[in-house]
Amino acid sequence: MRAIQHLSALAPLALAAFAHADAGSDAGAGVLGQQLVTGLSNGMIIALIAIGYTMVYGIIELINFAHGDLCTLGSFMALTVAGALGMEMWSGVGGLTGVILLLVTAATFCAALNWSIDRAVYRPLRSAPKLTLLVSAIGCSFVLVNLSLFWGGLPMQVFGGGVAAAAPKDFPALVSDNSLLPDAWRLNFTSSDLMVWSVTLPLMVALTVLVRSTRLGKAMRAVAQNPTAASLMGINVDRVIGATFVIGGALGGFASVIYALYNNTISFQMGYRTGMDAFTAAVLGGIGSMPGAVVGGLLIGVARALSDGYIEARWTNSVVFAILIATLVFRPSGLLGAKLRDKV
Amino acid sequence: MNTRILSSLLSLALAPLALAGGTLKVVSSLPRTGSANAQTTSMVNGIKMAIDEVGGQVDGFKIEYEDMDDASPQRGNWDPAVEAQNANKAVRDESVIGYIGTYNSGASKISMPILNKAGLVMISPGNTYPGLTKPGMGEANEPRIYRPSGKINYFRVVPTDDLQGRVAAEWAKELGCKSVYLLDDRELYGKGIADVFEKRAKELGLKVLGREGIDPKASNYKALANKIKASGAELVYFGGTTQTNAGQIAKDLRSAGVEAKYMVPDGCFEEAFILAAGADSLEGRTYITFGGLPANQLTGRGAKFREAYTARYKVEPEAYALYGYEAGRVLLDALKRAKEKTRAGVLDAVRATKDFDGALGTWSFDENGDTTSRIMSGQTVEGGKFQFVKVLGQ
Repeated sequence: MRAIQHLSALAPLALAAFAHADAGSDAGAGVLGQQLVTGLSNGMIIALIAIGYTMVYGIIELINFAHGDLCTLGSFMALTVAGALGMEMWSGVGGLTGVILLLVTAATFCAALNWSIDRAVYRPLRSAPKLTLLVSAIGCSFVLVNLSLFWGGLPMQVFGGGVAAAAPKDFPALVSDNSLLPDAWRLNFTSSDLMVWSVTLPLMVALTVLVRSTRLGKAMRAVAQNPTAASLMGINVDRVIGATFVIGGALGGFASVIYALYNNTISFQMGYRTGMDAFTAAVLGGIGSMPGAVVGGLLIGVARALSDGYIEARWTNSVVFAILIATLVFRPSGLLGAKLRDKV
Repeated sequence: MNTRILSSLLSLALAPLALAGGTLKVVSSLPRTGSANAQTTSMVNGIKMAIDEVGGQVDGFKIEYEDMDDASPQRGNWDPAVEAQNANKAVRDESVIGYIGTYNSGASKISMPILNKAGLVMISPGNTYPGLTKPGMGEANEPRIYRPSGKINYFRVVPTDDLQGRVAAEWAKELGCKSVYLLDDRELYGKGIADVFEKRAKELGLKVLGREGIDPKASNYKALANKIKASGAELVYFGGTTQTNAGQIAKDLRSAGVEAKYMVPDGCFEEAFILAAGADSLEGRTYITFGGLPANQLTGRGAKFREAYTARYKVEPEAYALYGYEAGRVLLDALKRAKEKTRAGVLDAVRATKDFDGALGTWSFDENGDTTSRIMSGQTVEGGKFQFVKVLGQ
């Protein structure tokens, strides 16, 4: 509740910042609307990845630096499938089928991979100092980056025949960029924007339901609060943590496909930047809080778009981090963050 | 006794070879890790062809070649730390008599002073930032800071951006554009060429509606594209390279419905650019300038090079292959002319290069170390391939 007041306090500030730009003119309002659409779409992708960071942090207090790179691998998986099935030729209903197929494949793949990483790397270190875990996460991130570098060099046509492993890859445009709104509105809300919104919003709702009202969700909350007490109550802590990694990974997989379809480019390095944005979003919203990750992601997406649009592109990163710093000064645990126990 | 005669006979027979002193080394420092790799392979192929043309040896000295990477996986692009490492390694190895590189102007900023102190000749097949050689074209202290010894050891076989940015702006006007929106990647090369473009565009009466430095690692530029669309610019000029996201910009301009033409410099003149942008985003709206001619427009020695290249490597050479070849040839030619086959001897000989019978016609190195060749060309993208349009700036 307090957080909402906080947000509403920010809104007039933000509005004042660009009020001069749309000084009553129609075109100005159109541009503003456009930037908000772009910002929200970008923000939703960031939010989806941010949830993966925040879930893992909430439950084992680990900043899983490998999460962004997991998404990179997810999109490489998607491109491989798209290339193998010749999806660039699919359109209309075929395109929709393609998107669903890619979402399912990438989500399954990322969930399995994330679970395996937890099983192989993090679980043996459960009782080790937190710093050990953090360093292993950074190590995992390096391994995943290099895996995607290797993957990009496979001799497949979609990877440019394998001659340039590190080159950015073109991702087939299964979803069109034509606006769905009438021209007179002077606002582009494209099929890809619709795709981003219609995949992300239901996932967020489903996740909230899962955490709030299922047995697993209850167990997750219990483990997050106190793992020892949870295990005394008969909760299999390792299984719950494993499930968290599966869910976080699946969301990362969905995000990777949406990212690829929205930007139409993937590269082995994309995980670093998207991961950084998502991590910032998680911290901004209050790490450990799922609604916080969503709010943080949307806020960063919109702030980026408005800064690109009304300030200057080169200030955008500074603007984002200035917002982060300002927020943390007044609310050290983030916008929606709870008062935390001792964390690293 | 017998063995003594034999050994003296042997030493007599081997004397010329022994005198020749064995092996001299040519190294190159070009980006291998990253999307510039295809371009680098092409330049390295050119260098190898130049070495093979002289039979791998000059006046009894065997020529060895080492291909060094100046990029790192962390950056996927050239890396200052790696470039410095390469330069120091070359300096320490006494047999190295020539350093071919770099591709990115920013990288040369790092290695030029290191090589200069060692008096090792450096020939770049790709740097086009003017400030590296031309006084008054860059920062106030350029190019002095790159020459701590006071002597010139850096040369380039490719025409600079003060020429390319200029003809690009002229071409934009010729295409009928009245207003431009300028973007740059905030790197030495990209910002430099965009500056030249902006200056010339204003002189020509083109309206500059905006100028922005982009973040080359951003996931997309849709918000920026919205802004450009609202500005109504007729041409978007991006000073940057494939590695600094020229492809993503093309995509986002298209998806935001920007109808402006898109012009980029030679840093994007490589297959990787089309691969990254997707042919659809470039088709019929993209204009690429290049300081030189594309391989299929070459005549004379250049045409012969292209023929030999395709016969040997079974692919068309990328744009810079010819400059790799030219850099290798001019270095070996200097080595041949050098009275002493030492670093100093080779450096003097390179500096004295006059009326060189090059693949792009006859040219010399001027007093700054620049080529006197000024051939520029413009291309577009058609059917997913670069298509030569015309010779520019003539």
